[in-house]
Amino acid sequence: MSITITLFGQILTFIVLVWFIQKFLWGPITEMMEARSKRIADGLAASERGKHELELAEQRSAERLREAKQDASDIIVAANKRSNEIIEDAKEQGRVEGQRQIEVAVSEIEQEVNRIKEDLRRQFVNLTLATAEKILEREVDATAHDEFLNKMLKKL
Amino acid sequence: MAEHEAVTGGPTSVEYIQHHLHNLSIGEGFWTLHLDTFFFALGLAVLLGWAAKKVGDNLDPDNPTGLQSFFEVMFEFVEQQVKDAFVGYNPLIAPLGFTLFVWILLMNAMDLLPVDLLPYLAALVGIHYLKVVPTANLDTPLALAGSIFALIIFFNIKIKGGLGFIKMFLFHPFPAGNVIVKILLIPVNILMTTIEELAKPVSMGLRLFGNMFAGELIFVLIALLPWWIQFVPGGLWAIFHILIITLQAFIFMLLTIVYLSIAHQSMDEEH
Repeated sequence: MSITITLFGQILTFIVLVWFIQKFLWGPITEMMEARSKRIADGLAASERGKHELELAEQRSAERLREAKQDASDIIVAANKRSNEIIEDAKEQGRVEGQRQIEVAVSEIEQEVNRIKEDLRRQFVNLTLATAEKILEREVDATAHDEFLNKMLKKL
Repeated sequence: MAEHEAVTGGPTSVEYIQHHLHNLSIGEGFWTLHLDTFFFALGLAVLLGWAAKKVGDNLDPDNPTGLQSFFEVMFEFVEQQVKDAFVGYNPLIAPLGFTLFVWILLMNAMDLLPVDLLPYLAALVGIHYLKVVPTANLDTPLALAGSIFALIIFFNIKIKGGLGFIKMFLFHPFPAGNVIVKILLIPVNILMTTIEELAKPVSMGLRLFGNMFAGELIFVLIALLPWWIQFVPGGLWAIFHILIITLQAFIFMLLTIVYLSIAHQSMDEEH
């Protein structure tokens, strides 16, 4: 057992192998593992960011919801008020209209009464004249006594 | 098989063991090339390189394949060791440690194949000597440790400068305030530092070699037992050996990281 030329052969093999490993395995695997750990870190950071954004969005949506509820209740209050107003207006209008119709009816009734009164008066005058003619046995000249008749009518 | 041959007048136990410890080689003396050691080490290196290229070309961060997951686990493991043990920054250290760990582990794992299987198959095609485990040959561990030693010296000089490197030999490990004492201590320091530095690769290489050689030898000895009892010690030793091959690969990687880390520190930081 002694040192031989094999030793130098093995040294050469060793040098070539180390060079080869470094070039074709170590470099690529180092890069790959660095890239992978970076990607994992990025992924974790992104998920953290996503979580944060989700929280913000939840806050915003809650805010929106609150505002919407507020708006809705405001709108309901306004609508109630408006409907009350409309009802009041309608009531008022109804009252006014009724009053007017009553007044119209009253005036019509009055006119009718007056007309009937006039009628009655004329009939009464004619009746009276007819009676007077009977009594006087002669015809009363309507034209001759027109002034008198009118005076009579006025007095009735 | 061994016992069989012993009974039928084949090789004796000693011959069987010696046969198993004999490399397939060409050349003489120093210029001997252990073909089997070289072949298996190169084959496993090519296998590792092929797997590395395959994974490196098809990296998918989302759906890692099994092999990619395996390499990722190894990557993180080695990266963690480098982070823990290596002071400073050098992009070479981690892939170096990874290559050492996986390659040594693969070469050690050749020990787990049945000790007679590959030599028997080789004998069928006319190759009569085959020593399968590359790390059980002194050359391979010393080649690795020697490369690390060269790197240690390289980075020592690169970080500390040529003068700093020489100073390390002159005034380390025994520093002194007094100039005369300093000069007196110089020979001792040179001796101590030289021993310290040389001990690093020698201990690394011999530790790996010793463990793997002994492990293989025990497998060979177990193979000498009668066939019906072999599975008990063989199984136990194989299970235990899984721990050893992993541990030795790990120790080699870790010591490389630590020694290179020490080489990267300037003198002031060492104290």
